[in-house]
Amino acid sequence: MRPFTYVRPGDAAEAVAAAAAPDAAYLGGGTNLVDLMRLGVATPGTLVDVTRVAGDEIEELPGGEVRVGAAVRNADLAGHPLIRRRYPMLAQAVVAGASGQIRNMATVAGNLLQRTRCPYFQDVTKPCNKRNPGSGCPARDGEHRDLAVLGHSAACVATHPSDMAVAMAALGAVVHVAGADGPRALPLPGLHRLPGDHPERDTLLRPGDLITAVDLPVLPMAARSRYRKVRDRASFAFAVVSVAAALEVDHGSGGPVVRDCRLALGGVAHTPWRAEAAETALRGGPATEEAFARAAGAELAAARPLPGNAFKVPLARNLIVRTLAGLVEGSS
Amino acid sequence: MTTTAAPAVGSALPRVDGLDKVTGRARYAFEHTPRDALYAAPVQATIARGEVDRVDATEALRRPGVVAVVWHANAPRLAPADDAELAVLQSPRVAYRGQYVAVVLAETPHEAREAARLLHVEYTAEPHDVELRADHPKMYRPAQVNAGYATDEEHGDPDAALAAAPVVVDATYTTPAEHNNPMEPHATVAEWHSGGLVLHDSTQGASALRRTLAALFGMPPEQVRVIARHVGGGFGSKGRAHPHVVLAALAAKQVGRPVKLAVTRQQMFAVTGYRTPTVQRVRLGAEPDGRLAAIVHEAFEQSSTIAEFAEQTTVPTRMMYAAPHRRTCHRLVRLDVPTPSWMRAPGETPGMFALESAMDELAAACGVDPVELRVRNEPATDPATGLPFSSRNLVACLREGARRFGWAGRDPRPGVRREGRLLVGTGVAASTYPAYRAPSAASVTAGPDGDFVVRIAATDIGTGARTALTQIAADALGTAPGRVRLEIGDSDLPRATVAGGSMGTASWGTAVVRACHALVAELDRHAGRVPAGGLTAEADTGEEIRGQEKLARHAFGAQFAEVAVDADTGETRVRRLLGVFAAGRIINPVTARSQFLGGMTMGLSMALLEESVMDREFGDYLNHDLAQYHLAAHADVPDVQACWVAEDDPHLNPMGSKGIGEIGIVGTAAAIANAVHHATGVRVRDLPIRLERLLEHLP
Ligand SMILES: Cc1cc2nc3c(=O)[nH]c(=O)nc-3n(C[C@H](O)[C@H](O)[C@H](O)COP(=O)(O)OP(=O)(O)OC[C@H]3O[C@@H](n4cnc5c(N)ncnc54)[C@H](O)[C@@H]3O)c2cc1C
Ligand code: SF4
Repeated sequence: MRPFTYVRPGDAAEAVAAAAAPDAAYLGGGTNLVDLMRLGVATPGTLVDVTRVAGDEIEELPGGEVRVGAAVRNADLAGHPLIRRRYPMLAQAVVAGASGQIRNMATVAGNLLQRTRCPYFQDVTKPCNKRNPGSGCPARDGEHRDLAVLGHSAACVATHPSDMAVAMAALGAVVHVAGADGPRALPLPGLHRLPGDHPERDTLLRPGDLITAVDLPVLPMAARSRYRKVRDRASFAFAVVSVAAALEVDHGSGGPVVRDCRLALGGVAHTPWRAEAAETALRGGPATEEAFARAAGAELAAARPLPGNAFKVPLARNLIVRTLAGLVEGSS
Repeated sequence: MTTTAAPAVGSALPRVDGLDKVTGRARYAFEHTPRDALYAAPVQATIARGEVDRVDATEALRRPGVVAVVWHANAPRLAPADDAELAVLQSPRVAYRGQYVAVVLAETPHEAREAARLLHVEYTAEPHDVELRADHPKMYRPAQVNAGYATDEEHGDPDAALAAAPVVVDATYTTPAEHNNPMEPHATVAEWHSGGLVLHDSTQGASALRRTLAALFGMPPEQVRVIARHVGGGFGSKGRAHPHVVLAALAAKQVGRPVKLAVTRQQMFAVTGYRTPTVQRVRLGAEPDGRLAAIVHEAFEQSSTIAEFAEQTTVPTRMMYAAPHRRTCHRLVRLDVPTPSWMRAPGETPGMFALESAMDELAAACGVDPVELRVRNEPATDPATGLPFSSRNLVACLREGARRFGWAGRDPRPGVRREGRLLVGTGVAASTYPAYRAPSAASVTAGPDGDFVVRIAATDIGTGARTALTQIAADALGTAPGRVRLEIGDSDLPRATVAGGSMGTASWGTAVVRACHALVAELDRHAGRVPAGGLTAEADTGEEIRGQEKLARHAFGAQFAEVAVDADTGETRVRRLLGVFAAGRIINPVTARSQFLGGMTMGLSMALLEESVMDREFGDYLNHDLAQYHLAAHADVPDVQACWVAEDDPHLNPMGSKGIGEIGIVGTAAAIANAVHHATGVRVRDLPIRLERLLEHLP
């Protein structure tokens, strides 16, 4: 790999200053960035280690929100009592990802910003618009079984690989950023962007933006939420499709009714995919499998699968229905 | 001489090198660093077919630490190679994407790799063809298939018998390319001395590798020494020389310094072999009671344009079942792909997936229990050769497996057992693997202190061979295993066959026993007193093995699987796997169980996960790392059991053993696919059984 300089800033401001170097990159656990450096996909000249300055605590804010430091390790996030109690789908999503060893290293910010697993993106001997803008997208006519069915563009059909981000998108978590122009906040799923004509940009962050924390909102219904990940092997595999769901049901005489819900999908798009059309269809309607299937249909009507990943559409539909039905059963 | 009460063979002697391995004292090839060694970073072709026009090394050579760049224009010349894969850097031709076209040598591995990244290689690319299809116009009939088997074989009139059969199964199965992926990637450390070449290499056969390298460099074999004291797995991929070995030796020769070369996991997907993908059509004709009248099994497979590797896929079908009419054949197409090679039970593994799936389809078509169907088609003598079997206990394995698994009373109806949202089913399949032996030599020395040193160029690739041979030698010498020390893994030791074909222990063990017996006789002549300089005896089994009685020698087994398939997602998980094997005398129950379990786990992985995806546009195996190429993880392997039936076979070798390294993988994938059918009613004929192959068809 290309030789690089390693710096360890004393605080967040120093980190942002150090990252002003033209080819600098922040280093979290390094479980994605270092792999990409070895592959020659990422070639930073300076690594700014932010594991000691980006916040490593999980705390409850006065308003009841939970603030997660950006450098909190994935394993610590998943094991934290507040997370497990209030946001089980988030704990489940994190534990469903990677391996124990990787979760011990990986940070919250790094997880949000990990790059696609598209095989062409990872192979510098091949074209890829995301890695090398304008070079083409071989995945579209080539291997795209694991790639997007929603929101993709002619330029790129990559998916965002994170599990954690799907649960955070369902929760509407807010990402705090320290940049050269001061702090900003970006609510998920608004951190990530669809590929459009610029697949080289995964997010709306600006160069040098440092993620400092993620706030999880007060959301009582999330206490009974679920993350369900479909994967090819029983562990240590990225999601084929996943769903994060929270459901609040009224058990009235006319049968259970959805009072409120949160739904997001993973493995289907360039971003963690908040299923807003489905949520709208569900709210106030009956909490039945038929209604869930209709809501899933409303969301997936926009799907534009490719020949090799058309199965993801029925898979996502089944998964939504089954996960919601499971939450109803658990609520009665 | 001491005599021990209990024989060592058959006892659970702990691995004699276990402590060395867990403490890191055991040294693997790449851990050897000769003084002044350089590190090699190979550069791979980025076209699938064509020529290298030019290598511009200016930028690479400017990097700190870089000593040399070697490519075809400046590489030392080799003698013509039998295996064209080994004519490394000898011509500008590129035969597959990922082929080595250059190597960068530098003082550190990092410097070498970075310079390799900056090397500019210019090509003239030609259109490539990398797609295996049964109807490929360039399919041809190879002169023979691997292990010297006939390409085609026919008995009776299979076409007429099929036409007349009351029940016919006619199905096409496919298996994908699969890569061996041993835990230790291939590595070579090459050093030239005045006396010749020394290689520390991760190889399954030091003697064979020595011969190969000597021929390439035009030297007598004695001037090449190959050392492989510890090898972290191979599964066949280290059974023969691959290009990296030659590249390391060539580079070391060019620069006059030792060279260390570690093949990366990614490179392994191009240069160290893989199992060919197959397309297989199986036709079975049977009576309504399931008795076979005809078997036709045709396999279509690939090799590279530079080497003919013809997997013997339909060979097991020649001896599995009694059927008066039979045809088995192989067709090959040479594509612009990497050269396939041996992978655990080559031939049997893909072939038995097809045959044993078809047998399950026949069981369903006839309404006969699949265990019973196999019993009904048990032959009295080897259908392939007409020879008697030295022993054949497939039926005993099926019966014992059925008993242990709780097969009795199984409801044959597919797709009817639900546990919540899960569909549950069970399946069975047979396993088999030949019991080969190849000539080897060994020596054993008695020391005056009562200890013995056994020398043989065998290799322990993690199987426990060192331990098994210690036990075998101890019994042959009438001493305790603690008094026997094995020296293996060095081509300077008496010549031995490769750790492959499940014949290592049988071949080496025979030589060791013969040498030990010769030593015992010699000791008797010395009235049991060892002279001060020790006493040595040797043996070579060439004659014994060439003269052995003609018999059909095979190990057998039966595997049972229970699976659960998620009715909403098609995710398939194996719940239980049981293998019962008949493999002669088991020399060490602990290491043997590991071999069976390892084989079955690999079979599970093959059934559900493993697939090297050929990228049609670029012509390489796309998913070339372990994050993308899925092997079974621990969570996929919840309950795997292996056991064996007692088998006393005096026609094998002095130990009475059959090879056990490969049979465990044979049949597993079919047992699981059959269980998936039983669970769901969906017959998946294309491996791996991924969820999209089930999803749309689930009940
Ligand atoms: C084999 C394997 C399997 C995996 N399986 C899964 C899986 O199933 N599900 C899943 O979700 N993930 C999986 N992962 C991915 C894993 O979750 C990510 O690698 C990890 O979360 C990245 O975190 P990190 O701290 O190591 O990030 P790094 O690798 O350190 O950084 C990743 C990116 O984030 C940037 N960055 C880091 N910190 C900050 C910050 N504070 N502000 C701004 N930018 C920052 C870096 O510059 C870099 O671009 C897998 C990874 C591997 C290697
Ligand atoms: S899908 Fe996106 S990441 Fe993959 S090859 Fe195309 S442009 Fe690159």
